[in-house]
Amino acid sequence: MTPDLLEEGAKRAAAHHIGESTGKTESGGRAAGFGRPAAAAREVDVTHGRILYLEDVSVSFDGFKAINKLSLDIAPGELRCVIGPNGAGKTTMMDIITGKTRPDEGTVFFGSTINLLRYTEPEIAGMGIGRKFQKPTVFEQLTVFENLELALKTGKGVRASMFFRLDSGQSDRVAQVLHTIHLAGSVTRPAGTLSHGQKQWLEIGMLLMQDPKLLLLDEPVAGMTDEETARTAELFLELKGQHSLMVVEHDMSFIKTISEIVTVLHEGSVLAQGSLEQVQNDERVIEVYLGR
Amino acid sequence: MVLTRAGWIGFVLALLAVCTLAPLLNLAVPADSVFHMSDYAVALVGRIMCYAICALAMDLIWGYTGILSLGHGLFFALGGYAMGMYLMRQIGRDGQYHADLPDFMVFLDWKALPWHWTFSGSFGATLFLIVAVPGIVAFVFGFFAFRSRIKGVYFSIITQALTFASMLLFFRNETGFGGNNGFTDFKRILGVPIQTHEMRMLLFVLSGATLLAFFLFGRWLVASKFGRVLQAIRDAETRVMFSGYNPVGYKLTIWTISAIMCGVAGALYVPQVGIINPSEMSPANSIEIAIWAAVGGRATLVGPIVGAFIVNGAKSWLTVAAPEIWLYFLGALFIGVTLFLPDGVMGLVKKLRRSAA
Repeated sequence: MTPDLLEEGAKRAAAHHIGESTGKTESGGRAAGFGRPAAAAREVDVTHGRILYLEDVSVSFDGFKAINKLSLDIAPGELRCVIGPNGAGKTTMMDIITGKTRPDEGTVFFGSTINLLRYTEPEIAGMGIGRKFQKPTVFEQLTVFENLELALKTGKGVRASMFFRLDSGQSDRVAQVLHTIHLAGSVTRPAGTLSHGQKQWLEIGMLLMQDPKLLLLDEPVAGMTDEETARTAELFLELKGQHSLMVVEHDMSFIKTISEIVTVLHEGSVLAQGSLEQVQNDERVIEVYLGR
Repeated sequence: MVLTRAGWIGFVLALLAVCTLAPLLNLAVPADSVFHMSDYAVALVGRIMCYAICALAMDLIWGYTGILSLGHGLFFALGGYAMGMYLMRQIGRDGQYHADLPDFMVFLDWKALPWHWTFSGSFGATLFLIVAVPGIVAFVFGFFAFRSRIKGVYFSIITQALTFASMLLFFRNETGFGGNNGFTDFKRILGVPIQTHEMRMLLFVLSGATLLAFFLFGRWLVASKFGRVLQAIRDAETRVMFSGYNPVGYKLTIWTISAIMCGVAGALYVPQVGIINPSEMSPANSIEIAIWAAVGGRATLVGPIVGAFIVNGAKSWLTVAAPEIWLYFLGALFIGVTLFLPDGVMGLVKKLRRSAA
């Protein structure tokens, strides 16, 4: 190790010891190694090869266990498909990851340093987790352009919004996303007048504007034509690599096009995991789906 | 863009009408001329312009943000009371009892001013209180309500309860706001007699100018990205949160701005009508503000101003011509607008324009 690296490490150690007394270190007051700089707060750290990590998560609503000891992890750049019968807990899982629902027990980590259970929905969104709802949710009274502009990754405070001006880099970004989601011809249309499939696209576009590291997509191709579905598959395959994606879908042909690893949820926990072919031939999965 | 070209022309015309035409017609044109603007008209329009400020404030919070307040009358009354306290002190020794204290305090056999009247003698402090009191009350209430994610009809009911509770509080003599009689019999403002034509005209011009200034401010707000976030909160609040915005700050900001606007309206209203009492906080008054906004057309800013003029114009005419049917008329108007004109008068104008084109 060269002297300057040693010196840097010593500085980080000193800074850590100062922070320890207040518990305000990157590791939350716990002892840490100083061999590499810890990622800044709210900056996702994927050096351990996991961008999302759920362990033993449980949540129940009025005694009904919606999620039951669920453990699941996703690698950076991975495209993970999640399937499962109705009521398997797919949407609840997304609610937990995005801060909408608090689990009764378990841990949820974004990267290896961020404990997601400590943050609110807007904070989690700001850290780089984007979510598309099952029912397309766009701002119906605003135009397509304004929808994308609101989703843009920029200052989200009150004052920042009052004095916001779109700069040229940002309008290029909007134009680029408009092109990607094939809505360049509908810029000034109110989002409420779009078709169901177009709303799905617009919502996906809004996620792209946020430039998230992890995208959670709840039934993204529901209500889309075959052509739109094919284009969506293309888009997701394009996003894979730079972004991590978790896709919940019922459309098996769509999953076949995009999937590497498929996770099957059943009664709130992972029933099977593997390639689509593997899980389709799994006895337990067949049983669950056919209800034998 | 704050206003279109046509919008700016209309704005300047309105400003000229309020600031030069009305004073000329009232003060310079002789009383027997057909062009003379009567004192009655000055008083009526001046009052309605104060109401229009409330309707505008209601539009920001209800029309644009989707939060229906049924307690805006409280903020209006708080601003009015702040001004009323100053006006009571301006009476000096000219009251019925010729005492230093306001008449109602002498009547209650109080020997000194209560603590909350400390700054009522200063006009500067009064101007500050007109903004600060409704602003702080709204901020504190809004902070807890929005942080607890109280929404929709629950929020409306709580605001209604808030204004009702405040009314009961102000009714009590011990509160030190003149009980059910409130404040009246004002004589002067800044040492100048309040009943003169000139002073009445000045208050009229101030009300109009304030209304127009608030309108411009409102246009600026809703034309900014801030305004679009408000509309987004109205249409899909969860999407707003998952886009990285914390709606609490946005709601709290527009809620407080809206309350302050009502407070200023109340402060302009009280010297014009010469009285403020707790009935201004009655639930019905707050509901009426919502009706003005609905009749004019929500989320248009111009609409609620028009609505305030239509409803209050009709009210002042009907309560004289046929006082017994006024309330039926108001009820029918509300039902009619809800059923046939969901977008109010502005929606109708838009529809007519489209079918003409």
